[in-house]
Parts: sequence; structure tokens; C-alpha cells
Amino acid sequence: MAYEFTEEDLQEIEKIKAKYPEVKAATLPVLWVAQNRFGHVEPDVQKLVADTLGLPQAHVHGVASFYTQYYKEKKGEHVLDVCTCLSCQLCGGYDILEHLENKLGIKAGETTEDGKFSIQEVECLGACGYAPMLQVTNDQYVNNLTPEKVDDLIETLKAGKEPEYDQIGMPLRKVK
Amino acid sequence: MSSADWKNYERVLIPDIDGLEKIDVYEENGGYSAFKEVLTDKKKWEGPKSVVDEVKAANIRGRGGAGFNAGLKWSFMPPSDGGPRYLACNGDESEPGTFKDRKIFEYNPHLFIEGALIAAYAMEVTAIYVYIRGEYKVYIDMMEKAVQDAYDKGFIGENIMGSDYSVDFYVHSGAGAYICGEETSMLESLEGKRGYPRVKPPFPAQKGLWGRPTTINNIETLAHVPNVINRGADWFSSIGAENHPGPILYGISGHVNRPGVYELPTGIPVLTLINEVAGGMRNGKELKAVIPGGSSTPIVRADQLDGITMDSDSLREVGTMLGTAGMVVMDEDTDMVDMLWRISHFYHHESCGQCTPCRDGTGWLEKILLRIKNGDGEIKDLDLLLDITTQMEGRTICALADAAAWPVRHTITRFRDEFEARCKKSVHAIA
Repeated sequence: MAYEFTEEDLQEIEKIKAKYPEVKAATLPVLWVAQNRFGHVEPDVQKLVADTLGLPQAHVHGVASFYTQYYKEKKGEHVLDVCTCLSCQLCGGYDILEHLENKLGIKAGETTEDGKFSIQEVECLGACGYAPMLQVTNDQYVNNLTPEKVDDLIETLKAGKEPEYDQIGMPLRKVK
Repeated sequence: MSSADWKNYERVLIPDIDGLEKIDVYEENGGYSAFKEVLTDKKKWEGPKSVVDEVKAANIRGRGGAGFNAGLKWSFMPPSDGGPRYLACNGDESEPGTFKDRKIFEYNPHLFIEGALIAAYAMEVTAIYVYIRGEYKVYIDMMEKAVQDAYDKGFIGENIMGSDYSVDFYVHSGAGAYICGEETSMLESLEGKRGYPRVKPPFPAQKGLWGRPTTINNIETLAHVPNVINRGADWFSSIGAENHPGPILYGISGHVNRPGVYELPTGIPVLTLINEVAGGMRNGKELKAVIPGGSSTPIVRADQLDGITMDSDSLREVGTMLGTAGMVVMDEDTDMVDMLWRISHFYHHESCGQCTPCRDGTGWLEKILLRIKNGDGEIKDLDLLLDITTQMEGRTICALADAAAWPVRHTITRFRDEFEARCKKSVHAIA
């Protein structure tokens, strides 16, 4: 399949290139533009990025394959990244992962048949105080998970809504 | 103020001011006045070097984990030759247990921006890049807006506030790689490459981004700078622990009642942080162990913690470090074998693969620990693990191998009975 950037994407890419003295530095941000446009960065998309920036495809592939957030293959519409790293493990991250796997009938690394959901087990996402948690498709964090909260999230996503930003303040405004 | 008086501490990094993330509110509360002063008050601030000296005197020890005096680091930049020079701000924040810099992005982004601008001026930097881990998309968007607002107000750009100083400021998103928090790996990533750490020397101050002089500082480290300029180095160094002074963001997670990020002076007793600040142990359980500053800092048993405070000198007494001050608290029910296996899994996953001791060593550690976890290990495996850690430490380009080795060595030595209990009895009849 032939992929193409829109005019709007190309304008954004020009802006990105202007941030750096060398075009190669635009590789990561332009891979982001591509993934936001196409939902993944399969080899054909990597080629588009390489051709657009005038860089070898091998370089773009090398970069795309190094970083975990780029989807090197097609994923579900919603990618649920469940953290099971240290603090999340201590606070029940594996139970949450198991609950989610049972609920969706797939294992981490798989996508549901209807293409709606993928589950990934991921490393620390920097939300250790709000464990266990997951991230929805490289975007919102859903914190302090319980099985019920996971169920609600799936219903929200199935209804075509995105989870809202879950703001967590600084605790203890004044320590007494 | 002393650490003992922590209950009366008034927050300065993330004060209780609603809407402080907005540039107008930040300015109403004295924001950007420190930057303005160093640019325009030539009597007080004779030039960039005077700013470096003040920050050096404050002894802001890097809050990203290494604990190096920030001002001293700035002084390593060579004299300007008129070409490009860079400040790279490290917001990769990926060490398990660490979740503090996101609070600055969210609640006081302009304090960090102002600190970065002062640092840039002090080092005669021509462009600032802030590298934020890609998972923090929400905070990246917030920072993009904050930087744009600062451009619009004339705090960034050409001839800032009528001075002859000009600088640009860019936000750069990572894409999922712990190693990019290592400073030279971050530079590679900024240049659009795989995040392979560089061999040092040359150090970034000599050859950093695109071969030009570059300094890398943590976000929180830079956020301390405006307060140091406004209140003086003496004010900063009078707070908290003598040799590791200042306010600090403690991230507390694990089995406590009130996990979260707390701004307090350095040098607070570990047990005070757990029992008073974080509301004590969850479900009334007993404390078993603490990892004080991110997963790579050696674990400490509860019975070692009496009188130990959160600063490098005190933590050294029990063989550990302050790291990022991201403290992970474990209760009596914690399975140390499972916990250590998960840490080793992390480092194996995140090893960049350049150096053999790390690429293979992290995998071996994980595999052997999995074997023990599954009940198939033998007691000699514990000594094999300890031996592997000595083969990894100090033998690689960057510190990831050390970070992977330390938790294994210290968790096994400090909880050896639990590990032995999980191993098969490797006793063979000799007759």
C-alpha cells in the first residue's frame, strides 16, 4: 500500500525540520507524525518517512525499531499499555493485566479479532505513586486501577469516547 | 531550615498557587524576575560567570540521580567561540519509582523554563532542547504551550528583554526507551538516532549535540535555579542536609497509604517519610524494605533504617544512594524473589545492546532469577548471580549495567535466606 502525507503533515514536517541544525534529528518527531496519521509505522511508512526526509530507509528502520512506542505492525484501535514494573507489580499490576486479558480474551501482545483492542505489557511509565496503571494508545494515563475501573474504561472506549485527563494534585498542601 | 522542622516547610518548587502553570499567574508571583535580573542588573550580575559562581556556591546536586553540583558542571563548558552551544534538559524520567519531573511540567512549567533560560545565559548557550519521554504526551503538550507563551511574552527569542542575549527553546519528544535518560544516549536520540550511549571522553561539554559544547541537566535541577538567583546561594544551601542541600521532590510509591510526590527539604529521615508524610504502611502491615531513589539504588532492609536520612552521606552508611529520591516502599508480604526478577526483567528489556557485559549479562540475570522464581533454581545459582554482577559493573560504556547489577547483588545479600528458601536443595550424597 502506498502511504502519503497530507499537505498539513508536510507543513508540520517543515516546522519540525526548522528546530534542528540537521535533518536527521527530525527522524523521531516525523515518525510520530506518521504514526499519528497512519496508526503505525510499518516498513512502507518507514520508507515514506525516509523519502520525505531524504534519509536512508535503513536509518529510519533502525530508529523505529529501537523505540517501543512506535508500532512496527498494525495494532488495535485502542492499545492498552499495562505497566507491571516495580511499583505497579507491588500494587497489583499483574492482577490488572490478567483481568484485562480475561475480559478481552487475548494475551498481552495480541489484538482482538474485531481489531478494537491490543494489550501490551510495558515497562515503567512514570506513574509509580498511582499504581497500578495503564496508558491508552500512547496518550492518557488511567491510574489507581481496580478491576471495576478497567471494566469502565473498556465500556468508555467501546462507546467511542476517550478517557479524560486524570489530574492528580500534590498531596498534603500543608503538612500538619 | 533544618530537616527536623519539615512540618513548617513552605513549598518553593511547586507552591500552593492556583493556576501557576499559566504564564500570567507565574509572572504575578514574581516569575521571570530572576531571569530579568541576571540579564539587566549589571551591577549585581556582572556577566554569565557570576551566575555560574552563585549556582556553584548553592551546591544544587543534580536531581536526576548522579548528584553532581550543577554549577560546577556548568563551569566545564569551554569559553564561547561564537558558534552554537546547547543546553539539553533531561525530562526522560524513566527510572522505576521516579515520577517527579512531571509535576513540574504540570504545575510549574515556567519555573523550569526560567531556570533553563538562566542556565543558558550563564553558559552562553544558543539553543535549549527539553527532552521529555514520549509516554508523557500530556505533559509534552503542556510544555509546548508553556514554551510558546514564553516566546510570545519575549522571554525566549531574539534580544531578550532588550539585552544582547538571544536563545531558542525547543521541546523534543522521546518514543519509549529508558536508556535515553542516560545523558549521551539522550543526545543521540535528539540527533535522531538509536539511543546508544557515547564513549566518554569526549564529554558533552567538549563535544555534545552535533559536536558542539553541551550541558545536560535534569528538569528539577534547573527548576531550583530561579530560587537560587532570587534568594541567594546561602538560602539554598541552608535548607536540608548540609552536603546535599535544598528542597527536593520525593516520589513515594509502593505499600504506603498516601503515595505521591512531596516537596520537602533533603535529609528527612526515611522512616518519617514513610510513617508521617506518606501516611504509614498500607493495611497496617510491617515495613520490610525500601528502595530509596529509583530501582537501581540498592535496597535497604527495614532494620537498617533507624536514623537514616534522605541525603547521600546518610544513605551511604547503609550502602545505598539518593538517586532520584523516588522511594519504593515494600511491606512484609513482598516476595523479594519476584520483585528482583521484575527489576532484572526491566534492565534486560532496556539494555541498548551495545556492550556485551550488559546485553548478555542483563539477560542472564533475568533468566537465572526466573529459574529461581519458578522453583527450579539451585543455591549455587545465587553465587552465579553475584559473580555475574561483578563481571558487569564498570565494564560498559554507560551505567545501565551497574544499575542492573546493584539491585541483584544487594537484594540477594540482604535477603539471602528468602532466595535460598526458593532454591532446590542442591545437596548430593557423597557416599
